[in-house]
Amino acid sequence: MAIEGFVAIYIFMLAGFAGFEVISRVPVILHTPLMSGSNFVHGIVVVGAMVVLGHAETVAEQVVGFIAVVLAAGNAVGGYVVTERMLEMFKSKDEQKKGAKE
Amino acid sequence: MNFIVQVSYLLAAVLFILGLKAMSSPKTARKGIIWAGVGMVLATLVTFLHPAVHGVTNYVLIVIGIVVAGGLAWWSGRRVAMTEMPQMVALYNGMGGGAAAAIAGVEMLRALRTLPGDLQNQAQALATDAGISVNAATAALRADGAGSAGVAGALGSDVAILAILGAFIGTVAFSGSLIAWAKLDGRMKRNRLVPAQQLVNLVVFALAVIFGIMTFFTDSLAVVAIFFALGLLFGVFVAVPIGGADMPVIISLFNALTGLAVAFEGYAIGNPAMIIAGTVVGAAGTLLTQLMAKAMNRPITNVMFAGWGTDEGTTSEGPEGEMKDVSAEDAGIMMAYAERVIIVPGYGMAVAQAQHKIWELVELLQDRGVEVKFAIHPVAGRMPGHMNVLLAEAGVPYDMIFDMEDINEEFATTDVAVVIGANDVVNPAARDDPSSPIYGMPILNVDEAENVLVIKRGRGTGFSGVENALFFGENTRMVFGDGQKVAGGMVQAVKGL
Repeated sequence: MAIEGFVAIYIFMLAGFAGFEVISRVPVILHTPLMSGSNFVHGIVVVGAMVVLGHAETVAEQVVGFIAVVLAAGNAVGGYVVTERMLEMFKSKDEQKKGAKE
Repeated sequence: MNFIVQVSYLLAAVLFILGLKAMSSPKTARKGIIWAGVGMVLATLVTFLHPAVHGVTNYVLIVIGIVVAGGLAWWSGRRVAMTEMPQMVALYNGMGGGAAAAIAGVEMLRALRTLPGDLQNQAQALATDAGISVNAATAALRADGAGSAGVAGALGSDVAILAILGAFIGTVAFSGSLIAWAKLDGRMKRNRLVPAQQLVNLVVFALAVIFGIMTFFTDSLAVVAIFFALGLLFGVFVAVPIGGADMPVIISLFNALTGLAVAFEGYAIGNPAMIIAGTVVGAAGTLLTQLMAKAMNRPITNVMFAGWGTDEGTTSEGPEGEMKDVSAEDAGIMMAYAERVIIVPGYGMAVAQAQHKIWELVELLQDRGVEVKFAIHPVAGRMPGHMNVLLAEAGVPYDMIFDMEDINEEFATTDVAVVIGANDVVNPAARDDPSSPIYGMPILNVDEAENVLVIKRGRGTGFSGVENALFFGENTRMVFGDGQKVAGGMVQAVKGL
């Protein structure tokens, strides 16, 4: 599917605004988890890697495509695990007490 | 692209944005990553149905790649210690950049293979007639101005430009992030690879631009390969001179760059999910990078081009005076009889795994009615917010932890400020000494407290190699020793009262 030039520029622009807006009022305490979380989100590159490996027709393309899939899967899965572990710890005093009782 | 794939990509993009939004508040943060995770799984699964994907070998390779790499990443992400999180983020981020560059690589290989049809036919005919190779015939036709040129001709100009840009950004983010990972992991200590690094960087960058433009027109694989190699080299050269407290900023910058590369490659292969998610990360990451640079009062250009503590000849005189030390037990008693205590933790505390003992100490002090707060500098640890994560791991509730702006005025009315494993972020030279490499960085005004206790492993300078006048201050007492043992000693002293 081709995305027409101007439509793509609109998408870039609107997504850019969304990115700014989403992060504009974030407390310092969440900077690292959020950096890690956005690191996970660009793991979506795995989808593109799958497509290019999927339509590879020569060995060279398969090799480079496979490298793409491996790196992208590492990005997505690693990014998720690390972010999830960091956020696991964001509990307030009350939640901790609840957790201790359970 | 069929309907199911389209709808799923749209849904995934929405989940990513909602997830990131939720991640920007402590209350909803844990939900956020799960939403984003659901989006990722959905997008990945549905891509198996993508009409462009075909061939048994390719399917098998995709599954093997995802399972093996995903499994390894899961395992490494699970077992890594919380102190090592920043380098893992750098590593995974670099992989994403590399993947974006590799996607561009495949597209360029395809482009070189599928020259425009008419040109190919002409070349074939000429080759047969003249008895020369097809490549030579193609080159001859090109010289006559036939057909549109190489990569751009096959992909279309717009796609070629973004694919090339994405490839460059992706390779830089890949190799740069790997260097950042190696430096944070202590595998690499050098701050310079070649003499006149700045000049060399400029030359490499100029060469990369030239080869990038050539890639647009070329149908030579060698040119494309050199272009990729230059990108990798430039990433290394950019990251090597950076050290000290600048590291988090550069990781965040590489994170934003990877997002951008993903967005560009998304356009190149016509994938809206990649365009949206990549652009959102590119924008959010850029803003985050600016916030971090601002927190350190270092313009992003300084971070990238000034190097850290590498200027020669400006070795300013060390602070005058003597360090006065005190035992852990005495220090503990001092805290027990204080009214207000602020603890300033740094990366050294985390390395010594002292946060659990410190929390034990704080709970004892609270039982005695001492008011205890934690003060976190924006770049404490190796990334903004890293220290909050480490304290949270030890069980410190986040409502006891305060940012620099919120607590800096309170030091003047505090009885004891305890600095554990922090150095540059409490160095008054950043405020007073224009010749210091860290001059201008906002610091925690620990020296304004009535008493300052500094828990420190030894007498040397810290991570950045800058002398700290605080340690020689009149109201400062040094507690030398391993952070965990010192904290243990303090706990014993307070318990014994």
